[in-house]
Amino acid sequence: MEKFDVIVIGAGVVGAMIARTLSRYELNVAVIEKESDVCMGTTAANTAIIHAGYDPLPGTLKAELNVRGNKLWDQLAFELGIPFKRTGDYVVAIDSNEFNKLEELYNRGKLNGVIGLEILGRDEVLSRLPYINKDVGGAMFASTGGIIDPFQAALAPMENAVVNGVKLFLETSFEDFIFDGKRIVGIKTNKGDFLCSWVINAAGLYADTVMHKANLHPEFKITPRKGEYYIFDRNEFAISEVLFPVPTEISKGIMVTTTVHGNTIIGPNSHEVPDKEDTSNTVEGLDEVFKGASKLVPQIANSMKHVIAIFAGLRATGNARTPNPNIDYHHDFLIEVNKDIGLVNVAGIESPGLASSPAIAERVIELLKDSGLKLKEKKDFNPIRSPRPRFKDMSNEERAKLVSKNPSYGRIICRCEYVTEGEILDEIHAPVPARTYDAIKRRTWLGTGRCQGAFDTPRVVEILSKELGISPLEVTKKGDDSYFLLRKTKEV
Amino acid sequence: MKERYDVVVIGAGPGGLAAAISAKKEGAESVLIIDRDKEPGGILNQCIHNGFGVEIFKEDLPGPAYAERFINEAESVGVEFLLDSMVLDITPSKKVYVTSKWFGFKEIEATSIILAMGARERTRAQIRIPGFRPVGVYTAGTAQRFVNIEGFMPGKRFVILGSGDIGMIMARRLTLEGAKVERVLEIMPHLTGLTRNYVQCLQDFNIPLQLSHTVNRILGKNRVEAIESVQVDEHFNPIKGTEEIIPADTLLLSVGLIPENELSKKVGVKIDPLIQGPFVDEEMQTSVPGIFAAGNVVHIFDLVDWVTDAGITAGKGAARYVKVVKEKGDFVKLVPGNNIHHIVPQYIKRDALINGPVKLMMRVVKPIEEKVWVEVSDGQNLITRKLERYVRPAEMVTLTIPQKAYDDVRKTKELIVSVERFGG
Ligand SMILES: Cc1cc2nc3c(=O)[nH]c(=O)nc-3n(C[C@H](O)[C@H](O)[C@H](O)COP(=O)(O)OP(=O)(O)OC[C@H]3O[C@@H](n4cnc5c(N)ncnc54)[C@H](O)[C@@H]3O)c2cc1C
Ligand SMILES: Cc1cc2nc3c(=O)[nH]c(=O)nc-3n(C[C@H](O)[C@H](O)[C@H](O)COP(=O)(O)OP(=O)(O)OC[C@H]3O[C@@H](n4cnc5c(N)ncnc54)[C@H](O)[C@@H]3O)c2cc1C
Repeated sequence: MEKFDVIVIGAGVVGAMIARTLSRYELNVAVIEKESDVCMGTTAANTAIIHAGYDPLPGTLKAELNVRGNKLWDQLAFELGIPFKRTGDYVVAIDSNEFNKLEELYNRGKLNGVIGLEILGRDEVLSRLPYINKDVGGAMFASTGGIIDPFQAALAPMENAVVNGVKLFLETSFEDFIFDGKRIVGIKTNKGDFLCSWVINAAGLYADTVMHKANLHPEFKITPRKGEYYIFDRNEFAISEVLFPVPTEISKGIMVTTTVHGNTIIGPNSHEVPDKEDTSNTVEGLDEVFKGASKLVPQIANSMKHVIAIFAGLRATGNARTPNPNIDYHHDFLIEVNKDIGLVNVAGIESPGLASSPAIAERVIELLKDSGLKLKEKKDFNPIRSPRPRFKDMSNEERAKLVSKNPSYGRIICRCEYVTEGEILDEIHAPVPARTYDAIKRRTWLGTGRCQGAFDTPRVVEILSKELGISPLEVTKKGDDSYFLLRKTKEV
Repeated sequence: MKERYDVVVIGAGPGGLAAAISAKKEGAESVLIIDRDKEPGGILNQCIHNGFGVEIFKEDLPGPAYAERFINEAESVGVEFLLDSMVLDITPSKKVYVTSKWFGFKEIEATSIILAMGARERTRAQIRIPGFRPVGVYTAGTAQRFVNIEGFMPGKRFVILGSGDIGMIMARRLTLEGAKVERVLEIMPHLTGLTRNYVQCLQDFNIPLQLSHTVNRILGKNRVEAIESVQVDEHFNPIKGTEEIIPADTLLLSVGLIPENELSKKVGVKIDPLIQGPFVDEEMQTSVPGIFAAGNVVHIFDLVDWVTDAGITAGKGAARYVKVVKEKGDFVKLVPGNNIHHIVPQYIKRDALINGPVKLMMRVVKPIEEKVWVEVSDGQNLITRKLERYVRPAEMVTLTIPQKAYDDVRKTKELIVSVERFGG
């Protein structure tokens, strides 16, 4: 049986970043993921902000890794060929009461080492954000804040890791550890046993159950906190800034923000839920998001007819205490190595986990190094992942050239987002192949427009069936039993 | 295929087909019809039930048969087809950008354009149905395509939301294919489709209809497992306590159509917010001269016969426009030059200035925040110009060609309008 030096559990943004960083070294690395694709957990449903780092409490791991992570994204986005925009972000105070709280945020940011913070008065805010609530008291602007495509942020590093030798096992679920005495020597999964020297637990919402299987931190518990969202049709209603309200104790609040694709998105609220699978939208939640967002941008009230999608995500909120004994904070990231057992835990990675993920990966490598893992740099590591053509973003000249070289880029499959057959074929045959409708959606943005797949679904089912050599009846939306079609007609 | 057509029709549904045929019959020499589907006929190809053509043909035809007659006629009068090809963009100067696997990426020039892109269906988010996002939630049209064209069933036990004709027709269709339609839910206190369809599609098949009811929630994470329905009061608010769980594996949404006007909006056609279709005149001409509209793009028609009628009107209008523009030597083209996005009108009669000055309206491409000249020339000689303190894309620029330019204008084939530096 093949023996891996390191196995990473979980292929969210954190697992993917860790895998890519490990792929720099001469190590035999595997990633296992229970779902049918990378990026189907928390990473698939969040606000997609690369936070500046003024929000976390000074001295926490969150603060340190957020600020460091934020710095790493420029280089990373360049190497991985993914869209990342340093838009800057605003924390908008609605009245003078809230305005007074901005100073606290500003000072916190300074302590955390965030540069480029600025407090703006009411007039300045009104001139920069003419659509803002007229009761605005002022705002804090953070020039290093940014936005990213969260799918690309996980898929691209995973793809780059695979190209550099990491093995990815999808639909492979961790069940238990295999011990030899105190030491982990492998894991049991639904697809059989895997041998290894080290395990990295990046299982998102399930990171607590994974570490409990190694009898570590029985007191540590992950509680899902749901956040709900709306997305708007960019052709009908769009702002191009990132707006936070003044944060509360438990959350950064309901935002109005833009995505790298130009869609305005509002959310999230924040409520504890008992079920780690409960990503359903609720009437109450949607109402709350609507009210919260209209407080910042009143015009939203008239734009609800232009909503094209609603969704919800679950934050993996943990109860770990900050490692710094002088700080009384119990929701910090839990990132630690257990040298004797051979396990690294990366748990409680709630927001700003996406922003922090590159720094989390760095930290994990340091921990492994300190624990004696030999890290020899590969000579042939290739950090570059070239972006694939995006028909939609091209000029007409570029389109003409692309189509004349490869005619399948000439056929539009998704009419709202202008995704072509060529792009879909590329993704089906990519190093991390897309094998479901949603996998293609995450990679190409197909089906995310006004008609929400009404037009493209039959066509994508046809393409997937042909390329994967399966019957249309076997094509799924997101793996498992999510079949689009149940039988042929005329067969009762 | 040519690079230039008198009339380019976008969309080969009944609206586009009727318009293309009538444009050709009214004297347009070259007519091209473009559709992104592999077959012409539009939505009719998947409407295999009958009910089409009672007014025009006094015959009750299935959708494809109705379409067939128009496709044949279009071919016999010499309309050209470009299929499996999607129009991405059109410009006010009537350039059409189209992309296709078979013909590549093309720029086609037209004298007149007819918009006939049809409609799209409203989706789940527009009516805000909470719950999970599993497979098994389809618009009625998507399900209809799967069943009638691809030959597959998207489910076994259905709930249908919406009592319009499409929803009721699908309820019957699915039942005939051996599926169980548990219920048709309708939020209004009355049926929204034809009574005829209620009798023939629901009553005859014992499919229950619940008025003043809607979907409260979708259950099932991977696959729809059940639909929670709820009764609503006169303000459409759910009545607590009336929730009911209906086991089902598929939810069909038949909750309305929206005219498909993305291209129209991009080219600057003014849209009536009430119906989400363009403002048109009696010839179905939009606010952009030479651009006409036909079919569901304008507003949602009940009957395909009426779509056809309106299409014929649009085709006539387009042909007339072409004739006026083409009357030999009689027109001077207005060409956008430096920093000009578009000019309206796009053509003026050669002797237009006899009757008085001609006013041009235009938009610039880029803002220039200093004094500039807005100039009209024949390519070599300046004909008239006007000083502007600045130009901005958001603010329309106007310029009047004075009567005294009569001789200059008569001599030229085209007039070029451009923005030039003040010093220059
Ligand atoms: C509402 C909301 C808003 C947010 N907004 C932001 C933001 O704007 N900016 C920001 O920086 N962060 C934000 N976050 C946080 C960010 O999304 C997360 O920190 C980040 O996505 C966590 O990534 P992850 O890889 O740890 O988890 P995940 O993406 O959940 O990945 C864990 C993976 O492990 C897999 N797994 C679990 N158990 C097993 C098993 N037994 N076997 C195999 N695989 C398993 C899962 O299937 C999953 O794919 C937000 C989160 C939410 C919910
Ligand atoms: C399920 C259903 C049942 C119906 N039943 C009846 C009935 O019983 N009796 C009746 O009279 N009417 C019925 N109708 C209504 C009738 O079918 C429509 O009114 C009519 O088809 C509308 O015609 P259209 O040409 O405007 O649009 P469509 O038929 O929708 O045609 C539009 C065409 O434009 C193409 N297109 C759009 N954008 C582009 C682009 N950018 N580039 C290239 N091509 C593009 C599309 O592919 C499509 O082929 C029914 C409709 C439906 C959906």
